[in-house]
Amino acid sequence: MSDIEVPVLQDYVPTPELKPGAMSHLKPFKASPEHQAALGFPGTLVDDWQEVAIRRLGELVDGSRALRVYLDSCVKCGACTDKCHYFLGTGDPRNMPVARQDLLRKVYRRYYTWAGRWFPWLVGATDLTEEVLDSWYSYYHQCSQCRRCSVFCPFGIDTAEISMAAREILDSVGVGQKYCNEILGKVHKIGNNLGLPEPALRNTLEGLEEDVKDATGVDVRFPVDVVGAEVLLITPSADFFAEPHIDGLIGYAKVFHQAGISWTLSSQASEAANFAMFIGSREQMQKVAQRVRDAAIALKVKRIVVGECGHAWRVAYAFWSTLIGPLDFLDPRYPRPQHICEVTEGLIARGALKLDMSANDDKVVTFHDSCNVARATRMGDRPGGQFTVPRSVIRSVCAHFVDMDPATIGDRTFCCGGGGGLLTDDLMELRVKGALPRMQALNAVVQDNKVTHMAAICAICKTQFSKVLPSYGLPREMVISVHQLVGDAIVLGAKD
Amino acid sequence: MSAWTIGYAVLLYVAFTVLVGGVVYKIGIYAMTPAPLRIPTMPAPRTRSGVAMRLGREVALFASLFRGDKWAWIWSYLFHVSLLLVLIQHLRYVLVPVPQWLVFESPFGSYAAFVLLISLAGLLGRRLMIARVRFVTAPSDYLILVLLLLIAATGALMRFVDRANIVGFKAFIQGVMALHLEPLPLSPLILVHVASVAGLMVIFPFSKLLHAPGVFFSPTRNQVDSSRLEAQGAGDASAADVSAQPQAHAPAMREGAR
Repeated sequence: MSDIEVPVLQDYVPTPELKPGAMSHLKPFKASPEHQAALGFPGTLVDDWQEVAIRRLGELVDGSRALRVYLDSCVKCGACTDKCHYFLGTGDPRNMPVARQDLLRKVYRRYYTWAGRWFPWLVGATDLTEEVLDSWYSYYHQCSQCRRCSVFCPFGIDTAEISMAAREILDSVGVGQKYCNEILGKVHKIGNNLGLPEPALRNTLEGLEEDVKDATGVDVRFPVDVVGAEVLLITPSADFFAEPHIDGLIGYAKVFHQAGISWTLSSQASEAANFAMFIGSREQMQKVAQRVRDAAIALKVKRIVVGECGHAWRVAYAFWSTLIGPLDFLDPRYPRPQHICEVTEGLIARGALKLDMSANDDKVVTFHDSCNVARATRMGDRPGGQFTVPRSVIRSVCAHFVDMDPATIGDRTFCCGGGGGLLTDDLMELRVKGALPRMQALNAVVQDNKVTHMAAICAICKTQFSKVLPSYGLPREMVISVHQLVGDAIVLGAKD
Repeated sequence: MSAWTIGYAVLLYVAFTVLVGGVVYKIGIYAMTPAPLRIPTMPAPRTRSGVAMRLGREVALFASLFRGDKWAWIWSYLFHVSLLLVLIQHLRYVLVPVPQWLVFESPFGSYAAFVLLISLAGLLGRRLMIARVRFVTAPSDYLILVLLLLIAATGALMRFVDRANIVGFKAFIQGVMALHLEPLPLSPLILVHVASVAGLMVIFPFSKLLHAPGVFFSPTRNQVDSSRLEAQGAGDASAADVSAQPQAHAPAMREGAR
């Protein structure tokens, strides 16, 4: 990481001077033919790639009102141009959302609109050349699909929809991204992103049971494949052993234990993440999601609860009903699906958990709104519950809570810099630079309010922050799971 | 009947047909294209009336743009409001007799021309001066602004400097509408003004001007937050919260088929 020029933290994030081409060198590793084949994509660039790509673009536009309306409607007002964390961190004008969209839009205009067919020079339409395809691969893998730009667009143009479509087209001509496609292969083959087979999973969870027993003296279970359990927990596989994720998993287990809710993980669906969303493949997304429905039915559970994972909660909350729904076989007294923070908040509200806030007295905590949770989902009953529910949980277990600059939280939250399938070492330069706005806001509360920890509810955010915090001179241990705070504050056995 | 009269009448027929036909066609395409996945930008309203309010705020107040860029909001809001006032005033060429409310609106519609000119200059100025905006600007983006400036300038000149033959022009328009042509008053300002308006009408369905119908079809703005099955009973939530909830409904595919 030493050769990456880390931006300097200032009092605010200045809008950078344009540095055209500053990030054009950056491309993630390409998927190998085997990774591609496992998902049904061509292994290498197909001979008639131009034809295939243009045809696929047309199919996607025909199948998506969002794509069609967004490719037509942009007036180039510029409101989005200073909203993307990757632009703010790199200054590359192609990382301005509208410019990123235009990489696809100019090709769409060329082949699918009258104006672009006859007057390409006038409307900025271009042929799909190898150079353009190359720029797609580069810049559509510099978009974390966080949708911050769409908040400020007068027409709600969602760059994520366009970047997903572009990645789907790239896959269809045989140019896939290694990180996402390899992981999707593992999900299909083994059941989770990390490729953790069932025996290893059971082994890990048994180890956790021992750890919690050693630390607390209480038998807190981490069950797998228990038929007839009340709750099926779907959580990102990073929760099984990555730091700081694993302390969040311990927190969920303590919540279920203390509330007396029987729960289980599934070895078949041991993964909440659905990277198919990142590559824009609805077919893959459906296949990955189907595992969850199948597991829920096989295990005869009454509820599905989703752990701390941003895009997984988006897929669950917003897409499951279309992909695998309706989940009407589940207990109608609960939201289907339900977020772990909703479960915990509800239990706290009715006094089902005994909490000792002093366990977190050594911490001053702030909360990072994860982009997919903030801008694509809800928790609780009211719009905006996705902001209030996790904060309410934190405030119930920790006496010292401070929010960051209002322009960087809520629906204006900045991406951690590693979302959307970019959490890979080959994009480290982008990840460090893209974290700038969040690091800026965090550093401000560290300086002004002595904040010691930043809680998050997304596996990608947690991994990304652990990695990039040191680049900005902040300790990597700062980032923690919300349910670590909960788990530490729960007084086990107190009700017995 | 002069060649000018016939030529301009034909021009208006063609322009009107292209504008209406093109926009209706586009709206039809937008409406028929499926939107299977729920992608409202959250927090989103939980009812259809809430969505109507949200779209209303976008269309009447440019609410998102206001959050995003204050200067862009000022120029574009002034532009759209003044354009609307000017367009309303132009109804006097269409309506016989001119209704009282339109007589009342007339001074507003007239002086709005200056706001129109200033706001267009503002939009053009920021497009030229802000490097980020200049970077994403295509020739057509300038052309549309120049066309609008031309329309506004010739219109304002005819209203405030070189008064046009309004009576004669109204007769021409009425004749065009009745398919019974009356002579077009010949003045360079009228010819340029009408030709550039026709030009704008023609490019409307082929250009970014489609943002006007597009905003109503934007899934991030027009979808209801109703994609999951909400709790029907007590569960972990308190009873009071639950009774306040709108009915949960099985969503998604129905929306897509619409």
